[in-house]
Amino acid sequence: MEFKDAFGLFNYWIVIVLMMTGLYIVVSRGNLVKKIVGLNIFQTSVFLLYISMGKVTGGTAPILTGKPEVFSNPLPHVLILTAIVVGIATTALGLALVVRIKNAYNSIEEDEIQKLDLAAENEVDEPGARP
Amino acid sequence: MESVINMALLVFLAGTAFAILRRTTLFSVVMLSGVFSLVSAALLVHLDAVDVAFTEAAVGAGVSTVLMLSTLALTARHEAPGTRSRAIPLIVVFLTGLALVYGTLDMPRFGDPSAPVHQHVAPRYISATAHEIGMPNIVTAVLASYRGFDTLGEVTVIFTAGIAVLLLLAGTIREPTTATKITAMEHHLVLRVVTKVLIGPILLFALYVQFHGDYGPGGGFQAGVIFAAAFIIYALVFGLETAGNALPGRAVRILLALGVLIYSGTGVVSFFFNKNFLDYSVLGATAQAGQHIGIILVEFGVGMTVAAVMVSTFYAFAGQNPPIGDEEW
Repeated sequence: MEFKDAFGLFNYWIVIVLMMTGLYIVVSRGNLVKKIVGLNIFQTSVFLLYISMGKVTGGTAPILTGKPEVFSNPLPHVLILTAIVVGIATTALGLALVVRIKNAYNSIEEDEIQKLDLAAENEVDEPGARP
Repeated sequence: MESVINMALLVFLAGTAFAILRRTTLFSVVMLSGVFSLVSAALLVHLDAVDVAFTEAAVGAGVSTVLMLSTLALTARHEAPGTRSRAIPLIVVFLTGLALVYGTLDMPRFGDPSAPVHQHVAPRYISATAHEIGMPNIVTAVLASYRGFDTLGEVTVIFTAGIAVLLLLAGTIREPTTATKITAMEHHLVLRVVTKVLIGPILLFALYVQFHGDYGPGGGFQAGVIFAAAFIIYALVFGLETAGNALPGRAVRILLALGVLIYSGTGVVSFFFNKNFLDYSVLGATAQAGQHIGIILVEFGVGMTVAAVMVSTFYAFAGQNPPIGDEEW
């Protein structure tokens, strides 16, 4: 592979690095707020993937000025623009769930929540325990 | 030079992501994620996606940071040290990353004008927008007219998410009484004066972005977020009750549904003229004029729903907040 080739793929590689960082945060960290931040990083990496693909060398923003120009692809822009706002709406939903989990368990650490769940199950299973 | 800026911003993004991974103080994690959004907005401008950058800057660095901070105030400030093994996630992530890098080797190179993505419908949008829609911003034309049906779906998703947040948090919102009044930042004189001066221009700018979206970067999505940001900053500095007097939660919930109604209603009008759903060409004297009217109406609906979802979400989060003492900031 030539050097110029690698140069043309640099954007995609950084996108993959970001995507994997986001995934790693979601999988390896137990804190629910941090998981949501990780999801946001993952999400932004997908945005950058789409927008990078839409870029044309020497192109400009797809707004007609009357002069003949080369435009970058407007379609990914449309898809990602709406996705960003949908993203914040779903992030808000996730955060609302975190707040409710905090109210119910008094913790936002996954490990502690699982422990509490297990303890509650065992209590019910014990003979003589209230149904 | 161009590619140097591109690479520098990308490396900076990766660095910020690693910093987010390493930090355990949630406050700095949230702040870094705001930085991450702002840098990615700069990168998006560089990649010619001005409309997208606009949205990312307003959403990522503004509203989402505020929502996350409200969550922190209600939950925890620090991440507990992890007990689980991190070797397996690391291996999985590394292997997945390698597989994806291998996949990119077949991709068209960055900026290649002959890439398949530029051969499908995009050339038609670029060449036909001028005479079919008659507005300079191709992104707005595609968003509101060519792919208006998609956008209606997205607005409905935002609407649904907003409703879900309200349902989840509604039961626990404290009723605002004088006893529980959040004292806000009464003694931060500079903050209060600057906010008062800023809110007018912010609202004006939101309206400009809303109605100038046909000609320059902007549109309902960006305007909605900026509009909401003005109310959020007002509520942050002057207290939730004061903001509630200016824009009651009830009114926001009505606007929330009204926006979607305006959007789909505009689509239904074309039925009466024997046209397809969301075909605006019948709304005006000429097809182009009809497109203009249709797009302005639809964008207005989008802006209304987006602003209402953001404001009502913020009200729902802030309504739960225990008053935050000054020493904690």
